[in-house]
Amino acid sequence: MSVLIDDRTRVICQGFTGKQGTFHSEQAIAYGTRLVGGVTPGKGGQRHLDRPVFDTVHAAVHATGADATMIYVPAPFAADAIMEAADAGIRVIVCITEGVPVLDMLRVRAALAHGNSVLIGPNCPGIITPGACKIGIMPGAIHRPGRVGIVSRSGTLTYEAVHQTTAAGLGQSTCIGIGGDPIHGLGFIDCLDLFDADPQTEAVLLVGEIGGDAEERAAAHIAARTSKPVVAYIAGVTAPAGKRMGHAGAIVSGGAGTAEGKYRALDAAGVATVRSPADMGARLAELLGA
Amino acid sequence: MNLHEYQAKALFERYRIPIPSGQVAMTTAAAVDAARTLGGDTWVVKAQVHAGGRGKAGGIRRCKGVDEVAAAAEALLGGRLTTHQSVASGLPVSQLLVESATPIARELYLAALVDRTVGRIALMASAAGGMDIETVAAATPERLLVTHVEPVIGLMPWQARRIGFWLGLDKAQVAELGPLLAGVVELLVAVDASLVEINPLVITADGHLLALDAKVNLDDNALYRHPDLGEQRDPTQEDPRELAAAAHQLNYIALNGDIGCMVNGAGLAMATLDLVKLQGGAPANFLDVGGGTSAERVAEAFKLILSDGNVRAVLVNIFGGIVRCDLIAEGILAAAREVALDVPLVVRLEGTRAAEGLALLADSGLALETATSLGDAAARAVAAARR
Repeated sequence: MSVLIDDRTRVICQGFTGKQGTFHSEQAIAYGTRLVGGVTPGKGGQRHLDRPVFDTVHAAVHATGADATMIYVPAPFAADAIMEAADAGIRVIVCITEGVPVLDMLRVRAALAHGNSVLIGPNCPGIITPGACKIGIMPGAIHRPGRVGIVSRSGTLTYEAVHQTTAAGLGQSTCIGIGGDPIHGLGFIDCLDLFDADPQTEAVLLVGEIGGDAEERAAAHIAARTSKPVVAYIAGVTAPAGKRMGHAGAIVSGGAGTAEGKYRALDAAGVATVRSPADMGARLAELLGA
Repeated sequence: MNLHEYQAKALFERYRIPIPSGQVAMTTAAAVDAARTLGGDTWVVKAQVHAGGRGKAGGIRRCKGVDEVAAAAEALLGGRLTTHQSVASGLPVSQLLVESATPIARELYLAALVDRTVGRIALMASAAGGMDIETVAAATPERLLVTHVEPVIGLMPWQARRIGFWLGLDKAQVAELGPLLAGVVELLVAVDASLVEINPLVITADGHLLALDAKVNLDDNALYRHPDLGEQRDPTQEDPRELAAAAHQLNYIALNGDIGCMVNGAGLAMATLDLVKLQGGAPANFLDVGGGTSAERVAEAFKLILSDGNVRAVLVNIFGGIVRCDLIAEGILAAAREVALDVPLVVRLEGTRAAEGLALLADSGLALETATSLGDAAARAVAAARR
């Protein structure tokens, strides 16, 4: 078992024939992802990477039965691509694109409110179920099928977390990068619930960062609803207030969204927090008796 | 991206938000001319800098007579203004806004912003205008009213009524507030602003609403839709090193320590700084070299880090995903040939082609330490900076 995606997931790529779409589709295919085709408007009927190209997501879904998509279109077109995928009935929409305007994401949230699609991202590394399905830009080789569910707002810091859990011999059930933008799709709480219900996942590693209050809300949720052990690390203890630390969402403003505040909330909720990003794997191994 | 007050007020005018009459001046003579053109006998001369708290810092001066206008302009132009929100060295003042002084009965606060928690536009209002709104929100949250606007629906009339009567406005003023609020929301959406703030929104002595100050922050990701606004960027208000970094698609933020850091990815970069601190060191900067890093960009990143005279050691932490570590290593070697690397260098490479990258560095003869893990890297960098 795993969450959201597995070896039966049928994936398409939006922005399939572009440079990014091509590179990461090749990587996904090499990893074993069932990539069944892609969408590039105006190139429908062609073949690319030995797979069919469609003009619209609707046509792709009709022909291939795709239930997941990875989006690599440029930022100005990302909101449109997400809404098209949702309307076509795609279950898991993964938007890798960075730099999507915030107001576009407000419209996306409103458009997705009435459907059954799950959006991951934007500005995220994607989602991977090791050994089964990779939808995103993460390096597949560092992952191992295993016991820890990872959810993170970051990209390379997630790879670090994966690397540590692999090195500790724990492996991962599914890793979800929810993205670094202030307005995004799937959140910590959604992922905590998915992992809690997944038999393969024995513990959850939550990797947060400064900005917003998602970690505080996750802490309250963990205290009330989560039965599995959770380890958490929050990046940005040293971040100065008022400065955007790379991610659009990583900013301490008006004294809110500090790493210290998030640690306080998580500690109070009984979460096993680690202050050093070098200790994530070791703490999980300790909790799981590995 | 931030706009100056006068630029924000030009947008206010376009969206029917009432503002005092005023003119921009870049010289003392122009400031005096502006006062004469505006008429009357009392003006306010306002330094245009990208920081709040200008009043307390002496950047906003009330002047009776044109001689006082000239004196205020003389004192402010060409200087630097330090407020509690600016960098300690202050921000350069090269433009003034000269406005007719307004007799004020009450000062209110009004803002529209994108509320990330609920994914909607929040309207915030308070009767505590002119004060630092963050202080109001923290100390007396009951003095702040927040109502949300669904972007698909837009502002509804009841929201303006609720805010207006809550603020204690009379019926005529509530009627004025409706179109003003509609203008604020319309403006936020039209220009992709992340914040539109009026602090203070005043009720004039004769009972009308007037936006005395104006603050508009724009979403950088949406600037492609607003090239005219992008041109209004004032680079003199920004950190020169951060600007230089942005030109090379690097994300750099200067800090106060002595360990220069170069990392790929914002989250890992923050984590690396945290670890340096945890090990007793002090990071000199945040620097994210980004996802699709090239050797040239790594070289530029090095130059930027070493341009900070406080740096006593450099820590490179790269987790190669898309980025190949051997390319990063080549970038480090290229940079070392170009700039005099006279401080210890600690390198940690992990992920895609890490072994090849480390071999390249080892064979180069460059004096550097390689680290085997995140913890090891930070410990070595902290020790190196102490030597």
